[in-house]
Parts: sequence; structure tokens; C-alpha cells
Amino acid sequence: MTPELTALFVARAGDHHAGVHPCTPAELPGLLATLLAGATAVVLPAGTPPQWTARLGPPTLPGDTLTATELDAPGLAVLTGCALAVAETGTLVLDGGAAQGRRLLTLVPDHHVCVVRAAQIVADVPDLVIALPDPTRPLTMISGPSATSDIELNRVEGVHGPRRLDIVCLPPG
Amino acid sequence: MSTRHPPPGRQLPIVAVTPFPRAAAGALRDAQLRANLGRATRTIREKRAAVVAEVPDWEQLRDRAARVKDDVLDRLPELVDRFTRAATAAGATVHHATDAAAANAVVTDLVRAQGVDRVVKVKSMATQEIGLNEALAAAGVTAVETDLAELIVQLADDTPSHILVPAIHYNRGQIRELFARRMPGFHADSDDPAVLAGAARDYLRRTFLAARVAICGANFAVAETGSLVVVESEGNGRMCLTLPDTLIAVVGVEKLLPRFVDLGDFLRLLPRSSTGERMNPYTSIFTGVTPGDGPRRLHVVLLDNGRRRVAADPVGRAALRCIRCSACLNVCPVYERVGGHAYGSVYPGPIGAILSPQLTGQDAGHNATLPYASTLCGACYDVCPVKIDIPAILVHLRQTGPKPAAERAAMAWLGWTMRDRRRWRAALRAARSGGRPLRVLGRRHGGRLRRAPWPLSAWTTHRDAPLPAEESFRDWWHRTHDS
Ligand code: SF4
Repeated sequence: MTPELTALFVARAGDHHAGVHPCTPAELPGLLATLLAGATAVVLPAGTPPQWTARLGPPTLPGDTLTATELDAPGLAVLTGCALAVAETGTLVLDGGAAQGRRLLTLVPDHHVCVVRAAQIVADVPDLVIALPDPTRPLTMISGPSATSDIELNRVEGVHGPRRLDIVCLPPG
Repeated sequence: MSTRHPPPGRQLPIVAVTPFPRAAAGALRDAQLRANLGRATRTIREKRAAVVAEVPDWEQLRDRAARVKDDVLDRLPELVDRFTRAATAAGATVHHATDAAAANAVVTDLVRAQGVDRVVKVKSMATQEIGLNEALAAAGVTAVETDLAELIVQLADDTPSHILVPAIHYNRGQIRELFARRMPGFHADSDDPAVLAGAARDYLRRTFLAARVAICGANFAVAETGSLVVVESEGNGRMCLTLPDTLIAVVGVEKLLPRFVDLGDFLRLLPRSSTGERMNPYTSIFTGVTPGDGPRRLHVVLLDNGRRRVAADPVGRAALRCIRCSACLNVCPVYERVGGHAYGSVYPGPIGAILSPQLTGQDAGHNATLPYASTLCGACYDVCPVKIDIPAILVHLRQTGPKPAAERAAMAWLGWTMRDRRRWRAALRAARSGGRPLRVLGRRHGGRLRRAPWPLSAWTTHRDAPLPAEESFRDWWHRTHDS
């Protein structure tokens, strides 16, 4: 959770072709509104802090009750937090806790915006497996948008998961 | 304990039906394949080298991982038991299958019980090893492969040629043509990889949303917690793991790790060795069932299929450390030229050459030819994240396996000749005088012998031999010093 770890996380997540946006708490509502302005609707898991949604333009949908088919509607985006993040690999770790919801929510919609607090960043994967509060929760580690290199080794982003991943990173303290 | 060998009549897809040299000779004539493989293996090799160099304690990581896996092999029954208890407590149903037939029967029954004739699948080596798709087809169930490369291979009625990039032997034009013929609803006129991947996304999205049963494998299974780990890139894995009501995981017993924290090292080793990434896009870790999130039924089929027998071989057992990263394929000079199909097994390359013959027994099909599919250069050992000394196991299998008749004859003759000085000198002279006419021919081939008489022909079928010298050192010494 040092500034160095945050800087490494920002650099490494960027290497995965995710959009990475460091910002201050005061800038957060405006930044999220900008990132999500193009969505037809924004899916929110239970426990999303109200300040994240204070300035959102598109309508919001409660993530708890949506079916997979409903989540497949065109133009949908999802806004979540995470459980932890890994600096060395630029990885987000979700465990279904507050502001994260079911695994489907960050899989079916085409755009995922994730808020990371600097205090959630650990150095590497060995630190992560020790820091996880409960390893038996359903865990998803996300390192950049979904991708394939199966056709002539050309990288194509967004095969099945969200084609666009934006990470908003709040500073330490 | 499993049956010793697969039952006759039904060959597992890990049994070579053609001797490796003959299959390799065929593959070597395919220039397109060689070009694709060369480019793919070179690209992945370079990416891997760059991200491995970033980790200062890489060698210690490899040592630790090898030790953990060896410990797992020492304690297999205990860890199988622990996993079974933990997973069951978390809401999973655990089945134990001694061989391929048993595993296929369990999975087929589970699918039938859900009353479906279509399942979605995540790429899994274990299910390929047991021929699960074929077994399901025989029971009237279609298994849809959802990994893009596996889908390509499946639509083409082909088999994978690489563990990590199974469709590397297809180019974009061939893939577009294939989609147009075999993928329902496909009508794109571009062969841009992004367009082709987009078409696969649309087709599979419909399939995922309708699927009620999914089948997966696992990269790791944690005995302590009963958790399964699935490492992937595309998100098709996540779709299969979370959308359908019923999930069936087929997991080789050697995938077990004792403790959850062991994942720390293995999740650092695998993506860097495999795709050359610091981390793959998606890793899912799940334990039993979670109400309200993902499948309501989870079945885990723990597969032996020869593994406990391999674990009992003090040298060969190290092959079971393998985490299927495919790094050894990408550095292998033999694999790079012949490709995966020549190995006649779902496990190609150096790991295939030591794993297939051990899982089946060397007398299955032509699997005894596989340990010879190597120059013993050792590049595979250097890159292996779990430090499997593949060359040592190759030599071990050559020593313990059936020998070709020509080699036996040549070695017996050589032993007899070399035991006696007079016989040896006479043999050398005979070789020289026999070599004279050959030398005339050989000059045209740069002093090399292209084809020797039997039994030495076994040697020269695949390589040139030097011609015997015109004079031996001993004769030269006598001529120039003694008189
Ligand atoms: S033998 Fe080693 S290098 Fe080859 S696939 Fe297995 S783990 Fe990777």
C-alpha cells in the first residue's frame, strides 16, 4: 500500500491494455460519470458506495436480480469494487463481497469499471493468497480485458468477457 | 489401483497408432505447418524469456514447485482423501475414476441425469486424454468446445497440434472458410482475426446462455480447501463455470496441491511459462457451490488413469509434476519441425514423449517410439517450471522399453566384437575395405554415408553416418613409429 506499489500496479495493469485512471476521492464521481457516459445502463452490485454513483448519467440497475440474458443487453456496463489487487501482475481480485456481486456481473456486460483503493494493493501473488480474507469464496482474478491469440497469434481483445476494462485507482491514505 | 493398460478395442487418444519416425516424416513435408509452428514457437519463446527474466528468484521458485509436486506424489492417497472431504463439505460431489472408461461413464451418467443432449466445455487436457467428447457423442450428447482454438479444431473434425495454441496449424483464410461451412449463422466476408473472433463470440454467447451443463478441467486442485483453479484467457472458462446449473470437473489426481498458499508460487510460474504473460487475463478459483452465485451442482471426477502406477516409478514419476504450460514444446527442436500431430497423442512434444508411454505402458500402440523423439539437447529441462528432467526420463524409458530389433542386433554384434582385440581389429579392417567403394560414393555427399546395410540401416534411415577412416589410429602408429 506504499506509493511504489500503487505506481507498479498502475503500470502493470496498463500493460494488460486496461484503461487505468489514478484519481483523488474528490475527482472520483466525475471520473466515473465520464467513463460510464456511453452506457445504456450501469449495473450496480449490492454495497456500492453512494458517492460512486452520485453523478452517473445513465440509469442504474441493481445487480442482485438480473439474469444472464438481461445482462447480455447491448451497451450495458458494470461498476464494481474489488477485494484486493496485485501490483506485480496488475491483477484485480474479486471475491463476491460488497460492491462486487455475483461472478456473472463482471463477465457478461461489455464494459467493466472497477474501483481500487491503494490499501487493497498487495505486492505479488504469494502475498495475495495469504491476504485473502476467505479463500473459499468464489474468486476471480482479472488481468486486463478478455483476450485470445488463437488466430495466427494475433491478439484480439474481448472474446467472451468485457471488451473494455477501466480501472480507477484511489491514492494511499 | 487402475487397470494396467487401456482395454483392447478402444484406443485412448494418448496411444500413437503410427511409429513416431513415420508420422514425423509425413509432417516434415508440410511446409505451411513448419512455417506456422516456427513463428508461433519463436514468438512465445521470446515472450516467455522476457517475463521469466523479470523474476529474480525464478530458480528458487522452480525448486520449491518441484518439491511441492513431489510431496503430492508421495502422499497421493492422503491428499485425494483430504480434497474429497473438503470439497464435499463445501457442497461438491466427488467421484473417483480409476481409468478413462470409468470417468467417461460417470460423466455421461451425470449429463444424462440432467436430460440434456448438449454441453459446453472448457479446454481440458484430462478430458482429451480420456476421449470424453467421443464417449459423450456415442451417448448422443454433443460437447461444444468453447475455447476459440478448440472450437476451430472441433469444427474441422481435427485434433489439436499444440497444448496452448491448438489451432496453430490453421491460417486465417482457412478459419474463415471453416466458419462459413460449419458455424451456424456465420456470414462475414473478412478474415480479419478480430472479425473471426467476434463471430465466435456471437455464436458461443447464444450457446452459453442456453447451456445447462458445463464440463471443465482444472489447473490445480487444493486438498486443504477443496478448491479448483481454472486459468484461461478468453472468458469462455468463466462462462462455463458460472452460467450453467450443473458443472462437472474432470481432474487428474496429480493436479492436487496440499495447501491453498501453494498457489502463490504456481500462479507465478504457470502464466509466465505458458503464454509468456505475467498473469493470464482470467483465473477462477471456486470451492464447492456458492448459493446464488454460479452452478447449483458441482461434480468433481478425480481421474487416475495410470497416474498411481507412474507415481510408483522412481525416475518416471517426475513427469506427473507437469502443469501443462507447454514451454517444453516451444523450445524443442524436434517439436518445432514436426508439430503436435506426429506424437499421436493429445500430449505432444517433450512432455508427451515421456507422459503418453508411461500412462499407457510402452507396449500400447507405437508409444514405445516416443522416447526416441528427442535429441536429448536438454532445452526442455531448462525451461520446465517444475524442473522435470525430461532427457533423463527419456533415457530411462529407452532403457526400460522394448528395443527395436535392429538396435538389439547391432548392440549384440558390437559387444561380441569389442570383447576381443583380434576380432575388433579384423572388424575395423573389414569396415575399411568395405568402406572403399562407399567412399567413392560418399565423396559426392561430402564424405557422409547416406544409407548403410542392415542392421546399421536403422541408424542411417534418419541420419547420415561418417565413413570409416582410411586407416585406424593404431595402424597409423604402427606404420609411422614401429618400423
Ligand atoms: S513438462 Fe514442464 S515445461 Fe513441459 S508442459 Fe509440463 S510443466 Fe511445462
